[in-house]
Amino acid sequence: MEEESRILAEVAAAHDVVISVLQWGVMPEEAISVENRAERLNEEMLIRRIRDGEHELFYELIRPYERRVYSTAFAILRNEADAEDVAQEAILKAFKHIRQFRAEARFSTWLIQITVNEARMRRRKEHVEIMQPIVDHQDDEGNYVPRDFADWREIPSETLERSEVRQKLAEALASLGQKYREVFVLRDMQHLSIEETAKTLGVSTASVKTRLLRARLMLRDLLAPGLGGSWSSKLSFAKGTKPW
Amino acid sequence: MVVTCEQVWHELSNYLDGEVSPEVRVAMDEHLRGCQKCSAVLDGTRNVIGLYGEDRMFEPPQGFSQRLHKRLEENMPRQRGTAFGWMVAVAAALLIVGSFEIGDSSAFVGPQLRSEHAQPGTGVPPEMMVVVAEDGKLFHAGAGCPLLHDKAHLRTMTTSEARREGYTPCVRCMKQYLNESAGLEKDDDDDGEFASSASVGK
Ligand SMILES: [Zn+2]
Ligand SMILES: [Zn+2]
Repeated sequence: MEEESRILAEVAAAHDVVISVLQWGVMPEEAISVENRAERLNEEMLIRRIRDGEHELFYELIRPYERRVYSTAFAILRNEADAEDVAQEAILKAFKHIRQFRAEARFSTWLIQITVNEARMRRRKEHVEIMQPIVDHQDDEGNYVPRDFADWREIPSETLERSEVRQKLAEALASLGQKYREVFVLRDMQHLSIEETAKTLGVSTASVKTRLLRARLMLRDLLAPGLGGSWSSKLSFAKGTKPW
Repeated sequence: MVVTCEQVWHELSNYLDGEVSPEVRVAMDEHLRGCQKCSAVLDGTRNVIGLYGEDRMFEPPQGFSQRLHKRLEENMPRQRGTAFGWMVAVAAALLIVGSFEIGDSSAFVGPQLRSEHAQPGTGVPPEMMVVVAEDGKLFHAGAGCPLLHDKAHLRTMTTSEARREGYTPCVRCMKQYLNESAGLEKDDDDDGEFASSASVGK
C-alpha cells in the first residue's frame, strides 16, 4: 500500500509537470520523457493491481498495444487468421504470466517478446513455408549491393492512407526472408532498440545490425522504383476518385 | 578519411541509427554531398524506415479487439475487486504447486536432453517463463543466474517450450523445483492459476 501511494504521488507529480508545460505553451525536451515516465508509472501501478486480483484492469493495460501485437504477429506470419490467433494467445499468455514480468523491462517490449515467440512456434508447428522468400539467397556476411538507384526523395504525406500502397509495402516485407523480416519488424516497425531486438530474437547485436542493413536496403530496392516513380504519379492522378 | 560508395552502403544503416563514429559520419556526409547514387539510396532507405514505422501499416481485421476481449473474459477468474485479491493469490500459489507435475505427464515424449547429466526436474511448473541461451543446455529462472554464461543470446519462453527444445532445468537457480514432490493433488486444469478460489479447499 505504501508502495502504491508512492507511485501515485510520482504519477501526480509527473502529470503536474506535463500540465504546466501545456499551460505555459513551452515544450522542453524533458517534457516528452516526463510524459513517458508518467505512463510507465501508471503501467507499473496497473500491473501491481492486476497481480493483486483486479484482473479487469488488464484490458486497460494492453489497450495501447493490441495493434502492435497484431501487426508483429502478422509481419512474421503473413496471414491474418494466424496473426489474430497468435495475438490472442500472446496477450493471454501475458495475462497468465503477469507475475513474472520484471519491472526493469518495458511492458511493451515484454509483450512483443512473447508475441515473437508465439509466432515462431506457430511457424515451426506448420513446418512448411507457404510462401518462399524471394530475396533470401544472400548470406549475412557478403555485402549487399543496391540494385536500383531511382531517386525517391519525397513521400506524399497521404501515401499510407492508400490501401494499394500499404499492399505494396506488405508484399515487399513478406518477400524478405524470415531472419531479415523479424529484425526489421522489431526494430523499424515496433521501435525496439538494437539491444532489445537482439535479446528478443536470441542473436547478437552485430547480427541485428547486419540483418537490419540488408532488410532496409532490400526493401528500398523493392519499393524505390515504384514509390519513387511510377506508382506515385499514377496515384496522384487517381487522387480523389477513390474513397480512401 | 575518404569513403567509397561500397563503404557508404555498408554503413548506411548504422549511419541512420546514429551508430557510426563522428569521423565516419563526417566522411560519409562529405561523400553523400557529391554522390547522387548514394544519396538516392540514403533517401530511399530513410523513406522505407519512415513508411513502415507508421502505426497504420498492418491494421487488425474488423472486430479484432472485441474478439480478443471476449477471449480474455473467458479466461479470467470470476472474482472481482481487491477484496478477494489475497484469496486469489493464495489459490494461485497453491494451484501452481498442484500443477507442478503436469509438465512431465503431458504430451512431450522424451525430447533429446541437451545435457547427459541433466535432471528431469519434475517439480518445475510447465508454464513458468524461463530464459535460455542459444548455445546452452539449461533453462534458468532469470538472466541473472551465475551459471548463465552467454548473456548476449538469450530467449524467453515457458519451461514446457524449453523442454521441447531439449533444455533442462538449471541446478542452481531452479534448485527449489528439482526433485520436489508437491504433495498436493494433481489438478487437471492446465490453467490452474485461473481456477476459482473454491478449489482451494480440496
Ligand atoms: Zn557513392
Ligand atoms: Zn540458472
